[in-house]
Amino acid sequence: MNRRLLIILILLAVAPLAMWFALSQGSLNISAAELWQALRGNPDNATANLVIHELRLPRALSAFAVGGLLALSGALLQVLLRNPLADPYILGVSGGAAVAALLSMLGGLGIGWVRGNAFAGALISMFLVFGLSRLGTVWTQNRLLLTGVVIAAGWGALISLILALAPSAQVQGMLFWLIGDMSYSQQPAMALMALVAGLAVSMWFARALNLLLRGENTAAALGENPTRLRIIIYLVASLLTAMAVTLAGSVGFVGLVIPHILRLLGGSDHRFLLPACVLLGGGFLTIADTLARSWTAPVQLPVGVITALLGVPVFLLLLVRSR
Amino acid sequence: MSSLRAEELSLSIAGRRLCDKLTVTLHAGENWVILGANGSGKTTLLHAFAGLRAPDGGHVSLDDREVGGIPHRVRARTIGVLFQDPEPAFPATVLETVLTGRYPHLDRWQWEGKDDYRAVEAALAAVGLEGLAQRPLATLSGGERRRVEIATLLTQDAPICLLDEPTNHLDLRHQIEILELLADRARRPEHFNIGVLHDVNLAARFGTFGILLFDNGECLHGPLSEVLNRANLERLYHCRLREIHDQDTVGFLPL
Repeated sequence: MNRRLLIILILLAVAPLAMWFALSQGSLNISAAELWQALRGNPDNATANLVIHELRLPRALSAFAVGGLLALSGALLQVLLRNPLADPYILGVSGGAAVAALLSMLGGLGIGWVRGNAFAGALISMFLVFGLSRLGTVWTQNRLLLTGVVIAAGWGALISLILALAPSAQVQGMLFWLIGDMSYSQQPAMALMALVAGLAVSMWFARALNLLLRGENTAAALGENPTRLRIIIYLVASLLTAMAVTLAGSVGFVGLVIPHILRLLGGSDHRFLLPACVLLGGGFLTIADTLARSWTAPVQLPVGVITALLGVPVFLLLLVRSR
Repeated sequence: MSSLRAEELSLSIAGRRLCDKLTVTLHAGENWVILGANGSGKTTLLHAFAGLRAPDGGHVSLDDREVGGIPHRVRARTIGVLFQDPEPAFPATVLETVLTGRYPHLDRWQWEGKDDYRAVEAALAAVGLEGLAQRPLATLSGGERRRVEIATLLTQDAPICLLDEPTNHLDLRHQIEILELLADRARRPEHFNIGVLHDVNLAARFGTFGILLFDNGECLHGPLSEVLNRANLERLYHCRLREIHDQDTVGFLPL
């Protein structure tokens, strides 16, 4: 009980620190005082002002939003499928987005079109999996999982096909998109709103999710309608993923491991787990993205590489230490 | 006055009729047992009583209300179910698991309070698991995990308990203790139990009424003293039985 509260408080403190770190790092040296002045809207130092407000702040907020979206979506899908290996991409949402995004790049469309089509692709994949998994007799977790995994594999094949056919000049951009890259993420408003809305909806069902962890029959016997719950959770998690993928491509690892780290630390009560996922996922991706753009500057790395490089050892350490 | 009534209830699975036009009323204060061979439809019948499975014909009603139509949360305050085998779950502690029994009693935004934790403690003590609240489920034995499930049912505190093989995984002592505990609950006002049991002798010892599910959907129900005899049981299980009389109790053993 107290331990969970403590974790939430620590995470609440860490999130602004991660933001601060993201804002102060970069090719232009900005001191703490200048940063503070710029944040308060003081126009004395025009360069610092411009860099903070036009470049670093939108990007840091985007990273936070994407991290939060992915971790929340991962936590929801792990309960929905009752499978610890589930991550936001397991049901093919990101595959649909990737195919649409890559086709748009192949067609030479601008970043705005790539985004819009990626979102549309994610939605198409979401409804495709939903519809196909409901054909036939009963809608079970395994049916949903299998349908999603197979559709994802189908998207994977199309992605490989596009990569093989694409002119080599375009392949690097495509790879960055597939690994997850925040270089073009400058409009965080939509994603932040989706994050807040998604958290609000899933908190509404947080206690019901605790029941779903014990199984569908148990949930039904203890007072939840599991079918309704499953449909809502599926739609919410897919929309969260679609939003994240649209902004940053398929950043890996965050959605799989952040929920597990928090379960190891504070247990699986979703009233704790879901907000903690948003805070830790957001903070983690903010820091990872800052490292991705400053570590090998002026060369920018795709953030998906950093999340895995940071996350794997941390997670293994926790896993080993938890008995 | 709570009562469960099956009217012309028919159930089938994969084209096989399990129970054909069963009409029976279960009243408070009674302790029912469902007996039948493997695959005779005991669990299916229990789920139909719980409203978790729609009947293929007829009705199940709780105080004149179709049981499947009652909102889940309202129903969960009246009917508790102990499943035959818990579905494999994510890692959780004993406390977290048993607390889920309070779900139907709490509002959406309400956190579990002192009373709920007290209910969990009492339930754990009742099944002999006091002091294990913080243990992860994975570190418990099969029998201990079964008792965690039973503690969750006690915490749910529903007047009607549907028990699918409650003695699964339990040793001799705990079989008797748990069945005694559950039978005691059935004697409270407005309370009753329906349990699936494989052990005929335990059924005879703790039950008061029985439903026997024969092949081809034929069923027989009534006070156990009337329906529980060698002829019926031999027809039920398709095996020869020996009847053993010891003072005023009768036991049955397979030959």
